[in-house]
Amino acid sequence: MTRNNRTIFERPEALYDVVTHYCPGCTHGVIHRLVAEAIDELGVREKTLGVAPVGCAVFVYNYIKTDFLEAPHGRAPALATGFKRLRPDMIVFTYQGDGDLASIGTAEIIHAANRGEKFTTIFVNNSIYGMTGGQMAPTTLPGQVATTCPMGRDVSLVGYPIRMAEMLATLKTPAYIERVASHTPRHIVHAKRAIKKAFTYQLEGKCFSLVEVLSTCPTNWGLTPAEATKWTEENAIPYFPLGLYKQPDEMESD
Amino acid sequence: MARILMKGNEAIAEAALRAGAKHYFCYPITPQSEVAEYLARRIPEVGGVFLQGESEVAVGNMLFGAAATGKRVFTTSSSPGISLMQEAISYMAGAHLPAVIINIMRGGPGLGGILPAQSDYFQATKGGGHGDYRVLVLAPSTIQEAVDLTMLSFHLADKYRNPVSLIGDGMIGQMMEPVEFPEKYEEPELPPKDWAATGCKDRMPYIIKSLFLDPVALEKNSHLLQEKYERMKEEEVRFELYNVSSKIKILLIAYGTMARICQTVIDELKDDGVQVGLFRPISLFPFPEKQILKEVSRKNVEAVLTIEMSMGQMLEDVERAIFGAKPVHFYGRTGGVVPSPDEVKKQIHKLLSTDQGSRPRKRKA
Repeated sequence: MTRNNRTIFERPEALYDVVTHYCPGCTHGVIHRLVAEAIDELGVREKTLGVAPVGCAVFVYNYIKTDFLEAPHGRAPALATGFKRLRPDMIVFTYQGDGDLASIGTAEIIHAANRGEKFTTIFVNNSIYGMTGGQMAPTTLPGQVATTCPMGRDVSLVGYPIRMAEMLATLKTPAYIERVASHTPRHIVHAKRAIKKAFTYQLEGKCFSLVEVLSTCPTNWGLTPAEATKWTEENAIPYFPLGLYKQPDEMESD
Repeated sequence: MARILMKGNEAIAEAALRAGAKHYFCYPITPQSEVAEYLARRIPEVGGVFLQGESEVAVGNMLFGAAATGKRVFTTSSSPGISLMQEAISYMAGAHLPAVIINIMRGGPGLGGILPAQSDYFQATKGGGHGDYRVLVLAPSTIQEAVDLTMLSFHLADKYRNPVSLIGDGMIGQMMEPVEFPEKYEEPELPPKDWAATGCKDRMPYIIKSLFLDPVALEKNSHLLQEKYERMKEEEVRFELYNVSSKIKILLIAYGTMARICQTVIDELKDDGVQVGLFRPISLFPFPEKQILKEVSRKNVEAVLTIEMSMGQMLEDVERAIFGAKPVHFYGRTGGVVPSPDEVKKQIHKLLSTDQGSRPRKRKA
């Protein structure tokens, strides 16, 4: 390698060299990469277990090169709990979408967070059910059109979208909870920092950690990738504000 | 080791620990909560994981995650709770993971009652959840047998990399009897658990899963499961005969607590000069079909009387095994009602006083 030919960017060791199955403009691939980078940088690939969700990202195990378990819809936090309790020496993460975590698996994530399970959850929120074909999710925005709310989400019938990061942050048990986004380079850099921090807290045995990553689904939103980026900025972020929601070292008043 | 007086639920809990299963997930439900209460104290002493989950749905899936470590794991529950665990059991079967699920059955359907019943036979032996799979099912009739079969369950789960279920009725859970634990649980050697998720150091990553979008691959997984079930049918059929001889006209078929009541009936009838035999299936899946047919085919046996604490579930397997060779009668009580020996005796006398061959099967409840 010559001085002028230095490698400045390459595939993380924790990513397989494969062609993506995700749609153009979907940011699952970006988020997979961020997780892989964090795993590499912390040097934990050989002692990591991922728990795959149900949905588009069930195939996360085709991309991230660690041991994997495939969970029933919504149950990844329960599997991660069972595994991590028996193997506290390993690094365990769940990778879950919004239908998975905020609908069918709401009980599992709340109780895992409340028990302070020492694993990391990457919560990918794209406001829709992707793999099943664009049905309304608990995170679908008011007025947003989906195949099961063709006239747009009517909050008088189905309520408002659930803000999971905020809800989980109300729990007294210490945790690290942050919401980030993945639609621009600036947001991706920030998301990477949060994901690495989440894994670091786990490595230190400190607390449950959850990073909610706002992502895009141009296919089911009916937008081009560029429009989807704009939609995230103009619609998703105002309803789901980015930021740090909970830190483990926060002092509790009671 | 000396015999000690123990409640069934506690004896089952201790037996699991003695078989090297130190990791337990639970959710409270009557009539088996003593298992969790006992283990909440005992597991910290032996250095395992005790965790009370938020629901049986979560507990089933915690068991699923824990099973992937390759360590011996188990849960206990009762009928409605077992229904909620069917999701995880189906996934574990599909992913070839060993785990032990103990069901101390109560009356159903729905919330049902809290008294002893055998009405989860179909659920336990025919799969229970979705998909083409089976769970190996054992049914004890005494507390000592509950101890022995609990320990065996862990061995069989590992041997087949398949969920194993021990089903006892509420009577098995709540009754106290003297039991003896072996000093050391002896079991045949098992292959190394080289399938467990332990981190991908020095190997390619493992993916423990049940999703196969390619239908041919999914069918192949079903064939792999089926091969295990065929092997179970060859190697794991367990049953016991009681007073089966060339003198009996009627063969009773019953399992669990019901079989025990039948033994009392047989002893009492013997004193009156009436000879009746009992076939007691111990493994409900694999079901002792050939063995039942063999005993029923004795020339002296004129009729079969299946007795259950249900409206007749094992009855269907008995009929399938006998395949019309002899008349099959049924008597059952359910909802938590346990038939008394006198009730059973009355049924036997009724059968003996009529011409069996020409009489169609009659269900009684």
